[in-house]
Amino acid sequence: MCHQSVGLIARHLESLGYPTTSLSSSWFITASANPPRAAFLDYPLGHTAGRPNDLQEQIQVTTAALGLIETATRPGQITPLPQVWPTEWKTKARELSDKRTERHDTPQYERPTDEIATTQSL
Amino acid sequence: MTMDPSAELDAVDHIQQTRDSYSQLGYDSYRWAHEPEPSAFVRPTKPLAESKVALIASGGVYHQGQVAFHHKDDTSHRRIPTTASIKDLRTSHFAYDMTSARVDPNVVFPLDALRSMEQSGTIGSLTTHALTFMGGIYSQRRLKDDLLPALTDEIAAMEPDVVLLVPV
Repeated sequence: MCHQSVGLIARHLESLGYPTTSLSSSWFITASANPPRAAFLDYPLGHTAGRPNDLQEQIQVTTAALGLIETATRPGQITPLPQVWPTEWKTKARELSDKRTERHDTPQYERPTDEIATTQSL
Repeated sequence: MTMDPSAELDAVDHIQQTRDSYSQLGYDSYRWAHEPEPSAFVRPTKPLAESKVALIASGGVYHQGQVAFHHKDDTSHRRIPTTASIKDLRTSHFAYDMTSARVDPNVVFPLDALRSMEQSGTIGSLTTHALTFMGGIYSQRRLKDDLLPALTDEIAAMEPDVVLLVPV
């Protein structure tokens, strides 16, 4: 769903005159939403910009996505990135199960202390 | 035309997966956005090394002190200062495993990477704020009517040369 939302936003911003580029970890959703430029990182969902605490990898991935602004030649091209997740993960990712959690209509804080901190403004 | 990646890449098909999983649960199938027409394609007016970059991310990132996202078609967004400390960033989302994002929010919100690229001169600068939302919005109408105009206004006010979008 996120990939779809982002694809629609990218198309809209591009139509207003902003060059846009996207990362993606879902080839098929991105292909269907058809944003102007996308770099595909074949990682489990939740790691669109790389693995945790690996700044060098995050820089490589982000640089590749932004590089498409200068190198892409036509809209709708999805460029696969060379990074490979270190372990086998697709078998589990393909299992049919509803991985979503309940959809509450109240704010869902990561930590209880965050809710207290909302009194301060940014 | 997009090349078919299935042969070489063996990418996980989240569209087919959602279809199968909904059908198993007895739900109607979700109508995914399908945009067969090519998008607009804007050529950059300056090199990346001189460009101001805006980040928009959908992974439900909020800053400690901000109201967290709720999970039922929440079409609101947050402005995260690009000077923010990563340890003050949180995630709230119903549709992906946030384990890694809660260890290091950079995996869905590559702020440290962008700041490094600014320092090294790969990009010119960053906008004052990055924009985040909770991308699990099922209703494309609500996305188009609520979120899209709000993000467009924010982007217009910051005048970036390039926009980077990071979904989850």
